Amino acid sequence: MICQECHERPAVLHFTKTVNGKMTEVYLCEHCANEKGEHLFSGHPAFSLNNLLGGLFNPDPQFSANPSFHEQEVHCENCHMTFKQFLQSSKFGCAHCYETFESKLTPLLKRLHGGNTIHHGKIPARMGGQLHLQKELQQLREKLQEMVTSEQFEQAANIRDQIRALEKKLLNEGGVQ
Amino acid sequence: MSLERFINQQTSAWMSGTGPDSDVVLSTRIRLARNLENVLFSTILSLEKAKDVVTQVHEAVSDQLALELLKMEDLSPLQKRVLVEKHLISPFLSETSLYGAALISDKEDVSVMVNEEDHLRIQCLASGLQLKETLDKANQIDDVIEEKVQYAFDEKIGYLTACPTNVGTGLRASVMIHLPGLVLTRQMNRIIPAINQLGLVVRGIYGEGSEALGNIFQISNQLTLGKSEEDIINDLDSVVHELMAREQSARDALKQTSPIQLEDRIFRSFGTLSNSRVIETSEAFQCLSDVRLGIDLGYITHISKSILNELMVLTQPGFLQQYAGGPLRAEDRDIRRAALIRERLELDETN
Repeated sequence: MICQECHERPAVLHFTKTVNGKMTEVYLCEHCANEKGEHLFSGHPAFSLNNLLGGLFNPDPQFSANPSFHEQEVHCENCHMTFKQFLQSSKFGCAHCYETFESKLTPLLKRLHGGNTIHHGKIPARMGGQLHLQKELQQLREKLQEMVTSEQFEQAANIRDQIRALEKKLLNEGGVQ
Repeated sequence: MSLERFINQQTSAWMSGTGPDSDVVLSTRIRLARNLENVLFSTILSLEKAKDVVTQVHEAVSDQLALELLKMEDLSPLQKRVLVEKHLISPFLSETSLYGAALISDKEDVSVMVNEEDHLRIQCLASGLQLKETLDKANQIDDVIEEKVQYAFDEKIGYLTACPTNVGTGLRASVMIHLPGLVLTRQMNRIIPAINQLGLVVRGIYGEGSEALGNIFQISNQLTLGKSEEDIINDLDSVVHELMAREQSARDALKQTSPIQLEDRIFRSFGTLSNSRVIETSEAFQCLSDVRLGIDLGYITHISKSILNELMVLTQPGFLQQYAGGPLRAEDRDIRRAALIRERLELDETN
């Protein structure tokens, strides 16, 4: 058996990975296993949740089966980090990485955060009133949907009025700018 | 000098054991991860830029908040260890960070770590169960800093952090909880998986991978994206309340079904602590847990409740060596630990 990553060295590590009920057979040589952060079996002392992050992603068929992918590997223009480097350390180099790797990141965020990809929390004051209002509007719309689904129409009507008022406010503020 | 005060001051306010629900909940911790806009994350930052970050953050807080700046490079390994044991800095900041620093309050209830995994880790500690109050405090500090610096923030995914496990709110809320009743009645093995399913993590007191010494567990949120800060702490709060109720009924059940065995266990542990000349950390923690349970249940009346909180910090290797004034071998530490515990118990008995 040859390592499925480098296709050169003999595979010395074989294991079955189950992610979301999907089983994957993995054959790796020692070198690639270390590189891919699969050294969790060697009793690495610094093993932590972060080391598992790379595992959550691999083997990504697009990532490992397509040789041209390695050649023209996408990297962050700001800090030069590649996605492979991110998988190894589980840490991005800069804020810009989130934009660069957005398409690959979304499925990862879903797995890490219970299917969530949208922030619903605090917003820095400097982001201005617009974003705060938009957030509020979005939350009200979700609430409206909930009320309609649970057939609480009186409350739903109430929320609908709030949404209208907010939309009007947003439109007016937008007009001023 | 203030550094010496942080090192020598034995107990921090959050160890006092006086907060709400402190018969079960030892302490509450809130941490917010933040990064500056247009600066590489601390993990790959150059030394020069890392120094800039420290200066910038120090300037941002110095007008409004009374926080003392401690730079990791100025501290000895032992001093850093003591700060780690007091939960004022993280092991990562102490050992791995390039140019780490911490801004710490007088009462040791606030610690802003700079150049940890993220540029900023705003941490607030409180005694007992005080999630809302502690979050409010962390938010206030966050707001003060934000007046002077621009944070890396994305409209869609929130505060951007070095590791995507923290993105969104950047919030980690943890509660340290003493559950001897649930451990004695062997319920923890069933409860931990149930808590995990709710998006919360259960760990030993010294973080990831550490065992639950002295029946003390740390429960914190895993998800940081998709829920508001308030929802995150509300969820944690309700799980903690549920655990408190179950712990209480486990204690009641123990007291009803095997009162003499329980009393025996408590006083044997008390005997061990009052008489031993050599004691290891794990045995010390187990006995302290029993004694604390004895105090909570009214079997022991002349010892103050804060003993578990205090001694679990004071009997750590760093603290013991700090008192001894230098490095100690493991067996010497066990001797010092036993002596320290005896002294502490005698102090309460004479009062």
